[in-house]
Amino acid sequence: MTGPRLDTLWLKAYVGLALAFVFAPIAVALVFSFNSSRFPTLPLQSFTLEWYEDVASNPELISAFGRSALVALLVAALSTAIGFATAYTDYRFSFRGKGFFVALALLPPTIPSVIMGLAMLAWLSRLAISGTIAAIVVAHTVICIPFATAIIRLRLSEMDAGLELAAWNLGASPWTAVRTLVLPFARRSLLAAMALTAAVSFDEYAVAWFVSGLQKTVPVVVLEILTGNVDPRINAIGAIVFVTSMSLVIAAQILIGRSSQKSGTAE
Amino acid sequence: MSDPLLELRGVSKRYGAHSAVRNLDLVVNPGEFLAIMGPSGCGKTTTLRMMAGLEQPDEGDILAAGQRVNEVPPHQRDIPLVWQSLALFPFLNARENVEFGLRMRGIGRTERRSRALDWLDRLGVREFAERPVDTLSGGQRQRIALARSLITEPPILLLDEPLSALDANLVIRMQALLIRLQRQLGIAFVYVTHSQSEAFAMADRVVIMGGGEIVQIGSPKEVYRLPSTRFVAEFVGRNNIFDGKVVAVNGGEMSVATAIGPLVVLACDLDPGTSVTVVVAADSLQPCLPGERPNTLACSLISEEFVGSMVTLFLETSDGTELKVQVPERQLGAFELKGDGLLTVGFLPQDAHVLRT
Repeated sequence: MTGPRLDTLWLKAYVGLALAFVFAPIAVALVFSFNSSRFPTLPLQSFTLEWYEDVASNPELISAFGRSALVALLVAALSTAIGFATAYTDYRFSFRGKGFFVALALLPPTIPSVIMGLAMLAWLSRLAISGTIAAIVVAHTVICIPFATAIIRLRLSEMDAGLELAAWNLGASPWTAVRTLVLPFARRSLLAAMALTAAVSFDEYAVAWFVSGLQKTVPVVVLEILTGNVDPRINAIGAIVFVTSMSLVIAAQILIGRSSQKSGTAE
Repeated sequence: MSDPLLELRGVSKRYGAHSAVRNLDLVVNPGEFLAIMGPSGCGKTTTLRMMAGLEQPDEGDILAAGQRVNEVPPHQRDIPLVWQSLALFPFLNARENVEFGLRMRGIGRTERRSRALDWLDRLGVREFAERPVDTLSGGQRQRIALARSLITEPPILLLDEPLSALDANLVIRMQALLIRLQRQLGIAFVYVTHSQSEAFAMADRVVIMGGGEIVQIGSPKEVYRLPSTRFVAEFVGRNNIFDGKVVAVNGGEMSVATAIGPLVVLACDLDPGTSVTVVVAADSLQPCLPGERPNTLACSLISEEFVGSMVTLFLETSDGTELKVQVPERQLGAFELKGDGLLTVGFLPQDAHVLRT
């Protein structure tokens, strides 16, 4: 009787420790972002919003936030659109080399960021758009498409393949069937894909560092500040980025969870 | 004479090395109830899907009202199909499902709505109009699928085993509904099924398919009483099948030598020495006294099967040939089986159907 209980206790402790290991630095940063001392040392001094005010009044940081947000929005829209097209191709058609096609579509996350960044830099320089916002958008879209594809593909796999044929049979052209049937069916997964790809883009620094040039995004600015000195503003920026990204990821999780739950009750 | 509604001419369809449909010729006439029947894998569903344009034939032509439609995509054919899975749209309610065909034809909201409600009314499911389809029962969903296919008032409706998911009582009621609808609308139904009770209960003409080919076309009675091949005799009804050779022809009758002994059947222009198959329906083979009928066989009872008022007895002759005998349950008491389960069965020459092999 005590065996399994002990096991679950150990497991709980193990998981708790692992989570603490991941989240403790973030929690520390959050706490120190409200601490009046310039240096992250104990004991804590008084509560302050000084560092947030500093961030909010720094034009370089403000424009970096604006740029990051714009890039994230464009990347979310582009990679979700391309991800849907890829997932739909996989769902609707069978053709020679389809396995290879799907593998290729899902490949980018397996490439190390540094190599991806260098390759992107080389390629985008040749196109003479390196160092522009377009360059960051292109690079991040490439990184994000597989995430969007995977989420949407999962949802489409729950769709009865006969539904679309039934729509054709009732007079819907293939385009109309996608618009009136497939898109509404996949709606939640499309929103989830947008939220997740926006989060991935918002957090990404390695590839952005290579291709952004002077159009720095938030993570690139953070990296530069960190290499210089200990700056309490970092904690404030970290807190803002953390809350933004987590909100997007949690939104994506809820949307994915609900979409599969809904189809579960429909069966 | 008007063109047939739909015609298949020499149509073949292959999937890789597998030939699903081979050189098929078939005509669907206006207003007829045509059933396509066969064991699974016989090509009946593929045939239906080619009619709807969901599959392209590799060879041959498909004609609708005399026009070749091979390359016409499904959404331009106006040949609705009722799916085995029903394929109702899960995020639309019942009325919106029924409206779909009209919506695709660009018909306005108000007209769409009133026509959809009319059809739901006609099929007795108007009260469920605003319900999500996944909250409805199998029979209700079936009616909504029918309304969805019929709302555009097509000249022809294809049905792919539509009743296979329903329980037996519901099947009978849906059969009555389908026949009534088909007669009232005067449109052609092409009904694919593997169930002979469904096909025989509803169809004007029955097409028996086997191995991708049409084996026999005829009225339910013809197919049932006069199977054209051994395959049909085995697939349709409950038949006793004996292979043999004509040994003698005497006037109106001839004698056939089989594994269970000589059988006397009606003569039919065959010379002695011809190989034949003698088909005797289970309801033509009846218990009797030895010698009471020209053909009597001694056998023992193996098992019996009750389906409503009919009982099927499974018997075995001394050489191991299995026989099937159908008798009304009420008459069963008359054939006092001896304790050892032995009995004699027999049939009349005119009740045997002879196939040349």
